[in-house]
Amino acid sequence: MTEVVRAQGLRVDLGGATILHGVELAVDDGEVVGLLGANGSGKSTFVRALVGAVPSQAGSVRLFGTPLGRDVPWHRIGYVPQRVSAAAGVPATAAEVVTSGLLHGRRLVPPRGARRRSVEALAVVGLADVADRAVRELSGGQQQRVLIARALVRRPDLLLLDEPVAGVDLPSQEAFARALAGLVAAGTTVVVVLHELGALQPLVRRCVVLRHGRVIHDGAPPRPSPGHDDPHHEHVHPHDAALADEAGGLVPAVRWQE
Amino acid sequence: MSVVDEVVGMLGDPFMQRALVVAALVGLAAPVIGTYLVQRRLSLLGDGIGHVALTGVALGWLVGNAMELTPHDALAVPGAVVAAVVGAVTIELVRQHGRTSGDVALALLFYGGIAGGVLIISQAGGTNANLVGYLFGSISTVSTGDVWLTVVLAGLVLGVGLGLRSALFAISQDEEFARASGLPVRALNLLVAVVAALTVTVAMRVVGVLLVSALMIVPVAVAQLVASSFRRTMGVAMATGVVATVAGLSTTYWYDASPGATIVVLALAMYALAAAARPFVRRRPSGPHDPHPQLDDDVQVATPGSR
Repeated sequence: MTEVVRAQGLRVDLGGATILHGVELAVDDGEVVGLLGANGSGKSTFVRALVGAVPSQAGSVRLFGTPLGRDVPWHRIGYVPQRVSAAAGVPATAAEVVTSGLLHGRRLVPPRGARRRSVEALAVVGLADVADRAVRELSGGQQQRVLIARALVRRPDLLLLDEPVAGVDLPSQEAFARALAGLVAAGTTVVVVLHELGALQPLVRRCVVLRHGRVIHDGAPPRPSPGHDDPHHEHVHPHDAALADEAGGLVPAVRWQE
Repeated sequence: MSVVDEVVGMLGDPFMQRALVVAALVGLAAPVIGTYLVQRRLSLLGDGIGHVALTGVALGWLVGNAMELTPHDALAVPGAVVAAVVGAVTIELVRQHGRTSGDVALALLFYGGIAGGVLIISQAGGTNANLVGYLFGSISTVSTGDVWLTVVLAGLVLGVGLGLRSALFAISQDEEFARASGLPVRALNLLVAVVAALTVTVAMRVVGVLLVSALMIVPVAVAQLVASSFRRTMGVAMATGVVATVAGLSTTYWYDASPGATIVVLALAMYALAAAARPFVRRRPSGPHDPHPQLDDDVQVATPGSR
Protein backbone atom coordinates (compact mmCIF):
# COMPACT_ATOMS: atom_id res chain seq x y z
CA MET A 1 0.00 0.00 0.00
CA THR A 2 1.29 3.46 -0.83
CA GLU A 3 1.04 6.40 1.48
CA VAL A 4 -1.21 9.12 0.10
CA VAL A 5 -1.13 11.65 2.95
CA ARG A 6 1.71 12.07 5.44
CA ALA A 7 1.82 14.85 8.03
CA GLN A 8 4.73 14.94 10.47
CA GLY A 9 5.01 17.18 13.53
CA LEU A 10 2.69 19.73 11.92
CA ARG A 11 2.42 23.02 13.82
CA VAL A 12 0.15 25.81 12.62
CA ASP A 13 -0.12 29.27 14.20
CA LEU A 14 -3.00 31.53 13.27
CA GLY A 15 -3.44 35.05 14.64
CA GLY A 16 -0.66 34.51 17.19
CA ALA A 17 -2.20 31.35 18.70
CA THR A 18 -0.93 27.83 18.09
CA ILE A 19 -3.84 25.93 16.54
CA LEU A 20 -2.07 22.61 15.86
CA HIS A 21 0.69 21.14 18.06
CA GLY A 22 2.84 18.54 16.28
CA VAL A 23 0.02 16.67 14.56
CA GLU A 24 0.91 13.35 12.91
CA LEU A 25 -1.20 11.57 10.30
CA ALA A 26 -0.53 8.89 7.70
CA VAL A 27 -3.26 7.81 5.30
CA ASP A 28 -2.84 4.85 2.95
CA ASP A 29 -4.25 4.44 -0.53
CA GLY A 30 -7.97 3.64 -0.46
CA GLU A 31 -8.53 4.48 3.22
CA VAL A 32 -11.51 6.49 4.45
CA VAL A 33 -10.52 8.57 7.47
CA GLY A 34 -12.91 10.67 9.54
CA LEU A 35 -11.46 13.68 11.35
CA LEU A 36 -13.52 14.39 14.44
CA GLY A 37 -13.36 16.83 17.30
CA ALA A 38 -15.34 19.57 18.99
CA ASN A 39 -15.70 23.04 17.48
CA GLY A 40 -12.35 24.80 17.67
CA SER A 41 -10.33 21.59 18.09
CA GLY A 42 -8.35 22.41 14.94
CA LYS A 43 -9.77 19.84 12.53
CA SER A 44 -10.64 22.35 9.80
CA THR A 45 -7.26 24.06 10.15
CA PHE A 46 -5.61 20.64 9.86
CA VAL A 47 -7.29 19.86 6.53
CA ARG A 48 -6.52 23.37 5.25
CA ALA A 49 -2.86 22.91 6.22
CA LEU A 50 -2.80 19.54 4.42
CA VAL A 51 -3.65 21.25 1.10
CA GLY A 52 -1.49 24.31 1.74
CA ALA A 53 -4.38 26.75 2.20
CA VAL A 54 -2.82 27.88 5.51
CA PRO A 55 0.94 28.02 6.10
CA SER A 56 2.56 25.76 8.70
CA GLN A 57 5.25 26.92 11.13
CA ALA A 58 6.88 23.53 11.71
CA GLY A 59 6.67 19.98 10.46
CA SER A 60 5.97 18.73 6.97
CA VAL A 61 3.17 17.53 4.72
CA ARG A 62 3.65 15.07 1.87
CA LEU A 63 0.88 14.31 -0.61
CA PHE A 64 1.46 11.28 -2.84
CA GLY A 65 5.01 11.24 -1.48
CA THR A 66 5.74 14.81 -2.64
CA PRO A 67 6.32 17.71 -0.20
CA LEU A 68 3.69 20.49 -0.45
CA GLY A 69 4.53 22.81 -3.33
CA ARG A 70 4.45 23.07 -7.09
CA ASP A 71 5.46 19.44 -7.66
CA VAL A 72 2.46 17.90 -5.89
CA PRO A 73 0.19 16.16 -8.44
CA TRP A 74 -2.64 18.62 -7.71
CA HIS A 75 -4.85 17.16 -10.45
CA ARG A 76 -5.19 14.02 -8.30
CA ILE A 77 -6.44 15.95 -5.27
CA GLY A 78 -9.96 17.28 -4.72
CA TYR A 79 -10.64 19.67 -1.84
CA VAL A 80 -14.06 20.79 -0.65
CA PRO A 81 -13.78 23.78 1.72
CA GLN A 82 -16.31 24.48 4.42
CA ARG A 83 -18.30 27.31 2.91
CA VAL A 84 -21.64 28.91 3.44
CA SER A 85 -21.83 30.14 -0.15
CA ALA A 86 -20.21 29.35 -3.48
CA ALA A 87 -20.96 32.83 -4.85
CA ALA A 88 -18.55 35.79 -5.12
CA GLY A 89 -19.07 39.45 -6.05
CA VAL A 90 -19.90 38.79 -9.71
CA PRO A 91 -22.54 36.36 -11.04
CA ALA A 92 -21.19 32.97 -12.11
CA THR A 93 -23.04 29.86 -13.24
CA ALA A 94 -22.68 26.52 -11.48
CA ALA A 95 -20.86 25.16 -14.56
CA GLU A 96 -18.37 28.05 -14.48
CA VAL A 97 -17.59 27.45 -10.81
CA VAL A 98 -17.14 23.71 -11.43
CA THR A 99 -14.92 24.36 -14.47
CA SER A 100 -12.49 26.27 -12.25
CA GLY A 101 -11.85 22.89 -10.57
CA LEU A 102 -10.18 21.71 -13.78
CA LEU A 103 -7.32 24.18 -13.27
CA HIS A 104 -4.36 23.26 -11.10
CA GLY A 105 -0.67 24.00 -10.60
CA ARG A 106 0.32 23.00 -14.12
CA ARG A 107 -2.81 24.05 -15.98
CA LEU A 108 -3.98 27.68 -16.12
CA VAL A 109 -6.33 27.20 -19.09
CA PRO A 110 -9.23 24.68 -19.05
CA PRO A 111 -8.71 21.53 -21.16
CA ARG A 112 -10.82 20.53 -24.14
CA GLY A 113 -14.25 19.20 -23.22
CA ALA A 114 -14.21 21.25 -19.99
CA ARG A 115 -17.90 22.10 -20.31
CA ARG A 116 -18.93 18.46 -20.79
CA ARG A 117 -16.84 17.31 -17.82
CA SER A 118 -18.31 20.05 -15.62
CA VAL A 119 -21.87 19.06 -16.46
CA GLU A 120 -20.97 15.41 -15.76
CA ALA A 121 -19.56 16.35 -12.35
CA LEU A 122 -22.72 18.35 -11.62
CA ALA A 123 -24.78 15.28 -12.61
CA VAL A 124 -22.94 13.24 -9.96
CA VAL A 125 -24.28 15.59 -7.28
CA GLY A 126 -27.71 15.76 -8.96
CA LEU A 127 -27.43 19.31 -10.26
CA ALA A 128 -27.03 18.82 -14.03
CA ASP A 129 -30.26 20.72 -14.64
CA VAL A 130 -29.01 23.88 -12.93
CA ALA A 131 -25.61 24.01 -14.70
CA ASP A 132 -26.43 27.36 -16.32
CA ARG A 133 -28.11 28.95 -13.33
CA ALA A 134 -26.24 31.54 -11.28
CA VAL A 135 -24.87 29.93 -8.09
CA ARG A 136 -26.18 32.78 -5.96
CA GLU A 137 -29.72 31.75 -6.97
CA LEU A 138 -29.20 28.20 -5.64
CA SER A 139 -30.05 27.09 -2.10
CA GLY A 140 -27.29 26.70 0.50
CA GLY A 141 -27.31 22.91 0.18
CA GLN A 142 -27.16 23.11 -3.61
CA GLN A 143 -24.23 25.55 -3.42
CA GLN A 144 -22.39 23.10 -1.19
CA ARG A 145 -22.97 20.38 -3.78
CA VAL A 146 -21.59 22.69 -6.49
CA LEU A 147 -18.39 22.89 -4.42
CA ILE A 148 -18.31 19.08 -4.16
CA ALA A 149 -18.71 18.85 -7.95
CA ARG A 150 -15.82 21.33 -8.33
CA ALA A 151 -13.61 18.86 -6.41
CA LEU A 152 -14.92 15.82 -8.31
CA VAL A 153 -14.53 17.29 -11.81
CA ARG A 154 -10.81 16.48 -11.92
CA ARG A 155 -11.58 12.85 -10.92
CA PRO A 156 -9.40 12.94 -7.83
CA ASP A 157 -7.64 9.97 -6.23
CA LEU A 158 -7.61 11.82 -2.91
CA LEU A 159 -10.67 13.68 -1.68
CA LEU A 160 -10.43 16.07 1.29
CA LEU A 161 -13.79 17.26 2.56
CA ASP A 162 -14.43 19.83 5.30
CA GLU A 163 -17.85 19.20 6.86
CA PRO A 164 -19.54 18.36 3.54
CA VAL A 165 -22.88 17.59 5.17
CA ALA A 166 -23.11 20.38 7.77
CA GLY A 167 -26.49 22.03 7.51
CA VAL A 168 -27.64 19.66 4.77
CA ASP A 169 -30.99 17.91 5.23
CA LEU A 170 -31.24 14.15 5.80
CA PRO A 171 -32.17 12.97 2.27
CA SER A 172 -29.30 15.00 0.80
CA GLN A 173 -26.91 13.57 3.41
CA GLU A 174 -27.91 10.05 2.44
CA ALA A 175 -27.59 10.86 -1.25
CA PHE A 176 -24.13 12.28 -0.53
CA ALA A 177 -23.20 9.11 1.38
CA ARG A 178 -24.28 6.99 -1.59
CA ALA A 179 -22.23 9.07 -4.06
CA LEU A 180 -19.21 8.92 -1.74
CA ALA A 181 -19.61 5.13 -1.33
CA GLY A 182 -19.36 4.80 -5.10
CA LEU A 183 -16.12 6.78 -5.19
CA VAL A 184 -14.66 4.79 -2.30
CA ALA A 185 -15.57 1.51 -4.03
CA ALA A 186 -13.62 2.78 -7.05
CA GLY A 187 -10.54 3.23 -4.84
CA THR A 188 -10.66 6.94 -3.91
CA THR A 189 -8.87 7.87 -0.68
CA VAL A 190 -11.04 10.11 1.50
CA VAL A 191 -10.23 12.37 4.45
CA VAL A 192 -13.41 13.92 5.77
CA VAL A 193 -13.93 16.40 8.61
CA LEU A 194 -17.12 15.63 10.50
CA HIS A 195 -18.94 16.60 13.66
CA GLU A 196 -20.34 13.13 13.93
CA LEU A 197 -20.35 10.19 11.57
CA GLY A 198 -24.06 10.37 10.74
CA ALA A 199 -24.92 9.02 7.31
CA LEU A 200 -21.24 8.33 6.60
CA GLN A 201 -20.96 5.82 9.49
CA PRO A 202 -20.74 2.68 7.32
CA LEU A 203 -17.96 4.17 5.17
CA VAL A 204 -15.63 5.49 7.84
CA ARG A 205 -13.51 2.66 9.28
CA ARG A 206 -10.87 4.83 10.92
CA CYS A 207 -11.26 8.00 12.94
CA VAL A 208 -8.74 10.58 14.08
CA VAL A 209 -9.99 12.72 16.95
CA LEU A 210 -8.42 16.11 17.71
CA ARG A 211 -8.72 17.98 20.98
CA HIS A 212 -7.04 21.34 21.61
CA GLY A 213 -4.90 20.89 18.50
CA ARG A 214 -3.54 17.44 19.39
CA VAL A 215 -4.45 13.95 18.17
CA ILE A 216 -6.07 12.11 21.09
CA HIS A 217 -7.37 9.09 19.20
CA ASP A 218 -6.46 7.29 15.99
CA GLY A 219 -8.22 4.04 15.26
CA ALA A 220 -11.70 2.55 15.18
CA PRO A 221 -14.59 5.04 15.27
CA PRO A 222 -15.13 6.07 18.89
CA ARG A 223 -18.46 5.81 20.65
CA PRO A 224 -20.43 9.06 20.84
CA SER A 225 -20.23 10.86 24.19
CA PRO A 226 -23.06 10.30 26.67
CA GLY A 227 -26.04 12.39 25.76
CA HIS A 228 -25.15 12.10 22.07
CA ASP A 229 -25.71 8.35 21.83
CA ASP A 230 -29.46 8.44 22.41
CA PRO A 231 -31.19 8.02 19.03
CA HIS A 232 -33.69 10.69 20.09
CA HIS A 233 -31.16 13.38 21.00
CA GLU A 234 -31.52 16.53 19.01
CA HIS A 235 -28.87 17.22 16.42
CA VAL A 236 -28.63 18.42 12.87
CA HIS A 237 -27.17 15.25 11.33
CA PRO A 238 -29.63 12.39 11.75
CA HIS A 239 -28.19 8.88 11.94
CA ASP A 240 -29.82 6.41 9.65
CA ALA A 241 -27.46 3.50 9.29
CA ALA A 242 -30.04 1.21 7.67
CA LEU A 243 -30.44 3.41 4.60
CA ALA A 244 -26.77 4.19 4.13
CA ASP A 245 -25.74 0.53 4.68
CA GLU A 246 -27.40 -0.74 1.57
CA ALA A 247 -25.65 1.99 -0.40
CA GLY A 248 -22.25 0.68 0.66
CA GLY A 249 -21.82 -1.70 -2.26
CA LEU A 250 -23.01 0.58 -5.06
CA VAL A 251 -20.81 0.98 -8.12
CA PRO A 252 -19.14 4.29 -9.13
CA ALA A 253 -21.91 4.90 -11.64
CA VAL A 254 -24.17 5.85 -8.74
CA ARG A 255 -25.87 9.22 -9.09
CA TRP A 256 -27.01 11.70 -6.54
CA GLN A 257 -30.69 11.04 -6.18
CA GLU A 258 -33.39 12.91 -4.38
CA MET B 1 -26.29 71.05 -41.26
CA SER B 2 -27.78 67.61 -40.99
CA VAL B 3 -26.95 65.13 -38.25
CA VAL B 4 -24.82 63.10 -40.67
CA ASP B 5 -22.74 66.16 -41.57
CA GLU B 6 -22.27 66.90 -37.89
CA VAL B 7 -21.02 63.36 -37.20
CA VAL B 8 -18.73 63.43 -40.23
CA GLY B 9 -17.40 66.76 -39.03
CA MET B 10 -16.66 65.31 -35.59
CA LEU B 11 -14.92 62.25 -37.07
CA GLY B 12 -12.86 64.49 -39.33
CA ASP B 13 -11.47 66.47 -36.43
CA PRO B 14 -7.96 65.09 -35.65
CA PHE B 15 -8.29 66.01 -31.94
CA MET B 16 -11.55 64.14 -31.80
CA GLN B 17 -10.15 61.14 -33.71
CA ARG B 18 -7.35 60.63 -31.21
CA ALA B 19 -9.66 61.20 -28.26
CA LEU B 20 -12.24 58.73 -29.59
CA VAL B 21 -9.63 55.99 -30.11
CA VAL B 22 -8.30 56.44 -26.58
CA ALA B 23 -11.79 56.59 -25.09
CA ALA B 24 -12.97 53.43 -26.88
CA LEU B 25 -9.87 51.47 -25.84
CA VAL B 26 -10.24 52.55 -22.23
CA GLY B 27 -13.97 51.76 -22.27
CA LEU B 28 -13.15 48.26 -23.54
CA ALA B 29 -10.24 47.46 -21.22
CA ALA B 30 -11.22 49.02 -17.88
CA PRO B 31 -14.31 46.82 -17.23
CA VAL B 32 -12.26 43.64 -17.87
CA ILE B 33 -10.05 44.23 -14.87
CA GLY B 34 -12.98 45.81 -13.01
CA THR B 35 -14.85 42.50 -13.25
CA TYR B 36 -12.11 40.71 -11.28
CA LEU B 37 -11.98 43.53 -8.72
CA VAL B 38 -15.76 43.36 -8.13
CA GLN B 39 -15.58 39.56 -7.98
CA ARG B 40 -13.05 39.71 -5.14
CA ARG B 41 -14.97 42.58 -3.51
CA LEU B 42 -12.19 45.12 -3.98
CA SER B 43 -14.26 47.66 -5.93
CA LEU B 44 -12.43 50.59 -4.36
CA LEU B 45 -8.93 49.35 -5.20
CA GLY B 46 -8.94 51.37 -8.43
CA ASP B 47 -9.63 54.53 -6.45
CA GLY B 48 -6.74 53.84 -4.12
CA ILE B 49 -4.39 53.27 -7.04
CA GLY B 50 -5.69 56.43 -8.75
CA HIS B 51 -4.85 58.55 -5.74
CA VAL B 52 -1.33 57.13 -5.64
CA ALA B 53 -0.98 57.77 -9.36
CA LEU B 54 -1.52 61.47 -8.58
CA THR B 55 1.61 61.45 -6.42
CA GLY B 56 3.37 59.79 -9.36
CA VAL B 57 2.21 62.61 -11.66
CA ALA B 58 3.66 65.18 -9.26
CA LEU B 59 6.90 63.23 -8.89
CA GLY B 60 7.22 63.00 -12.67
CA TRP B 61 6.67 66.74 -12.80
CA LEU B 62 9.36 67.34 -10.18
CA VAL B 63 11.90 65.19 -12.01
CA GLY B 64 10.97 66.74 -15.36
CA ASN B 65 11.50 70.21 -13.88
CA ALA B 66 14.85 69.26 -12.41
CA MET B 67 15.97 67.87 -15.76
CA GLU B 68 14.59 71.02 -17.45
CA LEU B 69 12.48 69.01 -19.86
CA THR B 70 9.83 70.71 -21.99
CA PRO B 71 6.97 70.39 -21.51
CA HIS B 72 7.29 70.20 -17.72
CA ASP B 73 4.88 67.30 -17.50
CA ALA B 74 6.67 65.05 -20.02
CA LEU B 75 7.37 62.58 -17.23
CA ALA B 76 3.95 62.89 -15.56
CA VAL B 77 2.37 59.80 -17.15
CA PRO B 78 5.48 57.59 -16.78
CA GLY B 79 5.64 58.75 -13.14
CA ALA B 80 1.99 57.82 -12.68
CA VAL B 81 2.61 54.34 -14.16
CA VAL B 82 5.50 53.68 -11.76
CA ALA B 83 3.69 55.04 -8.69
CA ALA B 84 0.48 53.17 -9.51
CA VAL B 85 2.29 49.86 -9.95
CA VAL B 86 4.24 50.35 -6.70
CA GLY B 87 1.04 51.33 -4.88
CA ALA B 88 -0.97 48.40 -6.23
CA VAL B 89 1.74 45.88 -5.37
CA THR B 90 2.01 47.38 -1.86
CA ILE B 91 -1.76 47.02 -1.30
CA GLU B 92 -1.59 43.43 -2.51
CA LEU B 93 1.32 42.55 -0.22
CA VAL B 94 -0.38 44.18 2.77
CA ARG B 95 -3.53 42.21 1.95
CA GLN B 96 -1.63 38.92 1.61
CA HIS B 97 0.12 39.34 4.94
CA GLY B 98 -3.13 40.38 6.54
CA ARG B 99 -1.52 42.71 9.07
CA THR B 100 -3.81 45.62 8.28
CA SER B 101 -7.26 44.96 6.88
CA GLY B 102 -7.49 45.69 3.16
CA ASP B 103 -10.07 48.37 3.99
CA VAL B 104 -7.72 50.39 6.19
CA ALA B 105 -4.80 49.91 3.80
CA LEU B 106 -6.91 51.42 1.03
CA ALA B 107 -7.88 54.38 3.20
CA LEU B 108 -4.25 55.11 4.05
CA LEU B 109 -3.41 55.03 0.36
CA PHE B 110 -6.24 57.45 -0.54
CA TYR B 111 -5.05 60.15 1.83
CA GLY B 112 -1.34 59.60 1.27
CA GLY B 113 -1.78 59.76 -2.50
CA ILE B 114 -3.73 63.04 -2.61
CA ALA B 115 -1.69 64.80 0.09
CA GLY B 116 1.58 63.62 -1.46
CA GLY B 117 0.53 64.81 -4.90
CA VAL B 118 -0.46 68.31 -3.76
CA LEU B 119 2.66 68.65 -1.57
CA ILE B 120 5.09 67.57 -4.25
CA ILE B 121 3.53 69.65 -7.04
CA SER B 122 3.97 72.78 -4.91
CA GLN B 123 7.65 71.88 -4.39
CA ALA B 124 8.02 71.39 -8.13
CA GLY B 125 6.98 74.99 -8.76
CA GLY B 126 3.56 74.00 -10.10
CA THR B 127 0.17 75.02 -8.81
CA ASN B 128 -2.83 72.99 -7.85
CA ALA B 129 -4.32 74.15 -11.15
CA ASN B 130 -1.69 72.04 -12.93
CA LEU B 131 -3.11 68.99 -11.18
CA VAL B 132 -6.68 69.64 -12.26
CA GLY B 133 -6.07 68.12 -15.70
CA TYR B 134 -5.09 64.88 -14.01
CA LEU B 135 -7.80 65.02 -11.38
CA PHE B 136 -10.61 65.41 -13.91
CA GLY B 137 -9.05 64.16 -17.14
CA SER B 138 -7.72 65.95 -20.19
CA ILE B 139 -8.71 63.81 -23.11
CA SER B 140 -8.91 66.71 -25.57
CA THR B 141 -5.13 67.20 -25.31
CA VAL B 142 -4.01 63.65 -26.17
CA SER B 143 -1.11 63.50 -28.61
CA THR B 144 -0.33 60.81 -31.17
CA GLY B 145 2.26 59.41 -28.74
CA ASP B 146 -0.44 59.15 -26.05
CA VAL B 147 -2.62 57.18 -28.48
CA TRP B 148 0.15 54.62 -29.08
CA LEU B 149 0.88 54.35 -25.35
CA THR B 150 -2.82 53.70 -24.77
CA VAL B 151 -2.93 51.07 -27.53
CA VAL B 152 0.00 49.19 -25.97
CA LEU B 153 -1.28 49.39 -22.37
CA ALA B 154 -4.87 48.52 -23.34
CA GLY B 155 -3.56 45.57 -25.38
CA LEU B 156 -1.63 44.36 -22.33
CA VAL B 157 -4.67 44.68 -20.06
CA LEU B 158 -6.92 42.87 -22.55
CA GLY B 159 -4.30 40.19 -23.21
CA VAL B 160 -3.89 39.34 -19.53
CA GLY B 161 -7.53 39.85 -18.54
CA LEU B 162 -8.98 37.74 -21.35
CA GLY B 163 -6.12 35.31 -21.95
CA LEU B 164 -5.88 34.19 -18.34
CA ARG B 165 -9.58 34.58 -17.56
CA SER B 166 -10.09 31.04 -16.25
CA ALA B 167 -7.16 31.25 -13.84
CA LEU B 168 -8.07 34.80 -12.74
CA PHE B 169 -11.68 33.69 -12.30
CA ALA B 170 -10.52 30.80 -10.10
CA ILE B 171 -8.39 32.93 -7.76
CA SER B 172 -11.00 35.70 -7.57
CA GLN B 173 -13.92 33.32 -6.97
CA ASP B 174 -12.32 31.26 -4.17
CA GLU B 175 -8.74 32.06 -3.23
CA GLU B 176 -8.48 29.22 -0.71
CA PHE B 177 -9.57 26.59 -3.23
CA ALA B 178 -7.16 28.02 -5.82
CA ARG B 179 -4.35 27.72 -3.27
CA ALA B 180 -5.42 24.14 -2.54
CA SER B 181 -5.23 23.40 -6.28
CA GLY B 182 -1.59 24.45 -6.46
CA LEU B 183 -2.38 27.50 -8.62
CA PRO B 184 0.29 30.24 -8.39
CA VAL B 185 -2.11 32.43 -6.39
CA ARG B 186 0.46 34.94 -5.16
CA ALA B 187 1.88 35.55 -8.64
CA LEU B 188 -1.58 35.86 -10.21
CA ASN B 189 -2.70 38.28 -7.47
CA LEU B 190 0.31 40.49 -8.14
CA LEU B 191 -0.43 40.30 -11.85
CA VAL B 192 -4.00 41.52 -11.24
CA ALA B 193 -2.62 44.37 -9.09
CA VAL B 194 -0.12 45.44 -11.76
CA VAL B 195 -2.69 45.25 -14.56
CA ALA B 196 -5.15 47.23 -12.44
CA ALA B 197 -2.46 49.89 -11.98
CA LEU B 198 -1.84 50.07 -15.74
CA THR B 199 -5.59 50.34 -16.35
CA VAL B 200 -5.81 53.23 -13.90
CA THR B 201 -3.03 55.19 -15.59
CA VAL B 202 -4.57 54.63 -19.02
CA ALA B 203 -8.03 55.67 -17.83
CA MET B 204 -6.58 58.67 -15.99
CA ARG B 205 -6.25 60.60 -19.25
CA VAL B 206 -9.91 60.05 -20.09
CA VAL B 207 -11.80 60.68 -16.86
CA GLY B 208 -9.15 61.77 -14.34
CA VAL B 209 -7.95 60.05 -11.16
CA LEU B 210 -11.03 61.02 -9.18
CA LEU B 211 -13.36 59.14 -11.54
CA VAL B 212 -10.98 56.47 -12.81
CA SER B 213 -12.50 53.69 -10.78
CA ALA B 214 -15.97 54.46 -12.12
CA LEU B 215 -14.93 53.26 -15.59
CA MET B 216 -13.79 49.96 -14.07
CA ILE B 217 -16.72 49.38 -11.74
CA VAL B 218 -19.92 51.00 -13.07
CA PRO B 219 -20.06 48.94 -16.31
CA VAL B 220 -19.69 45.77 -14.20
CA ALA B 221 -22.53 46.95 -11.96
CA VAL B 222 -24.68 47.41 -15.08
CA ALA B 223 -23.75 43.95 -16.41
CA GLN B 224 -24.50 42.27 -13.07
CA LEU B 225 -28.09 43.39 -13.35
CA VAL B 226 -28.70 41.59 -16.63
CA ALA B 227 -26.26 38.64 -16.66
CA SER B 228 -26.20 35.41 -14.67
CA SER B 229 -22.85 34.06 -15.86
CA PHE B 230 -19.34 35.43 -15.43
CA ARG B 231 -18.67 35.29 -19.17
CA ARG B 232 -21.75 37.35 -19.97
CA THR B 233 -21.06 39.80 -17.15
CA MET B 234 -17.65 40.59 -18.58
CA GLY B 235 -18.96 40.87 -22.16
CA VAL B 236 -21.85 43.16 -21.26
CA ALA B 237 -19.53 45.26 -19.06
CA MET B 238 -17.09 45.76 -21.96
CA ALA B 239 -19.91 46.76 -24.32
CA THR B 240 -21.32 49.15 -21.70
CA GLY B 241 -17.88 50.68 -21.18
CA VAL B 242 -17.36 51.39 -24.88
CA VAL B 243 -20.85 52.83 -25.35
CA ALA B 244 -20.45 55.09 -22.31
CA THR B 245 -17.01 56.44 -23.24
CA VAL B 246 -17.69 56.95 -26.97
CA ALA B 247 -21.18 58.43 -26.49
CA GLY B 248 -20.05 60.56 -23.54
CA LEU B 249 -17.07 61.97 -25.40
CA SER B 250 -19.12 62.61 -28.58
CA THR B 251 -21.67 64.54 -26.53
CA THR B 252 -18.98 66.96 -25.40
CA TYR B 253 -18.15 67.75 -29.06
CA TRP B 254 -21.45 69.57 -29.30
CA TYR B 255 -22.13 70.54 -25.70
CA ASP B 256 -19.44 72.18 -23.64
CA ALA B 257 -19.07 69.82 -20.66
CA SER B 258 -16.34 67.88 -18.87
CA PRO B 259 -15.81 64.68 -20.91
CA GLY B 260 -14.87 62.60 -17.86
CA ALA B 261 -17.92 63.63 -15.85
CA THR B 262 -20.21 63.19 -18.87
CA ILE B 263 -18.93 59.64 -19.45
CA VAL B 264 -19.44 58.64 -15.82
CA VAL B 265 -22.89 60.22 -15.60
CA LEU B 266 -23.84 58.38 -18.80
CA ALA B 267 -22.62 55.06 -17.36
CA LEU B 268 -24.63 55.69 -14.19
CA ALA B 269 -27.69 56.53 -16.32
CA MET B 270 -27.24 53.16 -18.05
CA TYR B 271 -27.19 51.53 -14.62
CA ALA B 272 -30.43 53.24 -13.66
CA LEU B 273 -31.98 52.22 -16.98
CA ALA B 274 -30.86 48.59 -16.57
CA ALA B 275 -32.20 48.50 -13.02
CA ALA B 276 -35.56 49.87 -14.18
CA ALA B 277 -35.74 47.50 -17.15
CA ARG B 278 -34.50 44.49 -15.20
CA PRO B 279 -37.87 42.86 -14.57
CA PHE B 280 -38.49 42.78 -18.33
CA VAL B 281 -35.10 41.61 -19.62
CA ARG B 282 -34.35 38.82 -17.14
CA ARG B 283 -33.97 35.58 -19.05
CA ARG B 284 -35.89 33.54 -16.48
CA PRO B 285 -38.83 35.38 -14.96
CA SER B 286 -39.61 33.79 -11.62
CA GLY B 287 -43.32 33.51 -12.38
CA PRO B 288 -44.44 29.87 -12.44
CA HIS B 289 -40.92 28.63 -11.62
CA ASP B 290 -40.64 27.58 -7.95
CA PRO B 291 -37.13 28.50 -6.73
CA HIS B 292 -37.30 26.05 -3.78
CA PRO B 293 -35.92 22.55 -4.41
CA GLN B 294 -38.46 19.75 -3.97
CA LEU B 295 -37.33 17.99 -0.77
CA ASP B 296 -38.96 16.21 2.12
CA ASP B 297 -39.40 18.36 5.20
CA ASP B 298 -37.02 17.92 8.11
CA VAL B 299 -39.83 18.56 10.58
CA GLN B 300 -43.37 17.33 10.85
CA VAL B 301 -45.90 20.09 10.77
CA ALA B 302 -49.59 19.64 11.42
CA THR B 303 -51.32 21.22 8.44
CA PRO B 304 -54.73 22.79 9.13
CA GLY B 305 -57.50 20.27 8.69
CA SER B 306 -55.29 17.19 8.71
CA ARG B 307 -56.00 16.39 12.34
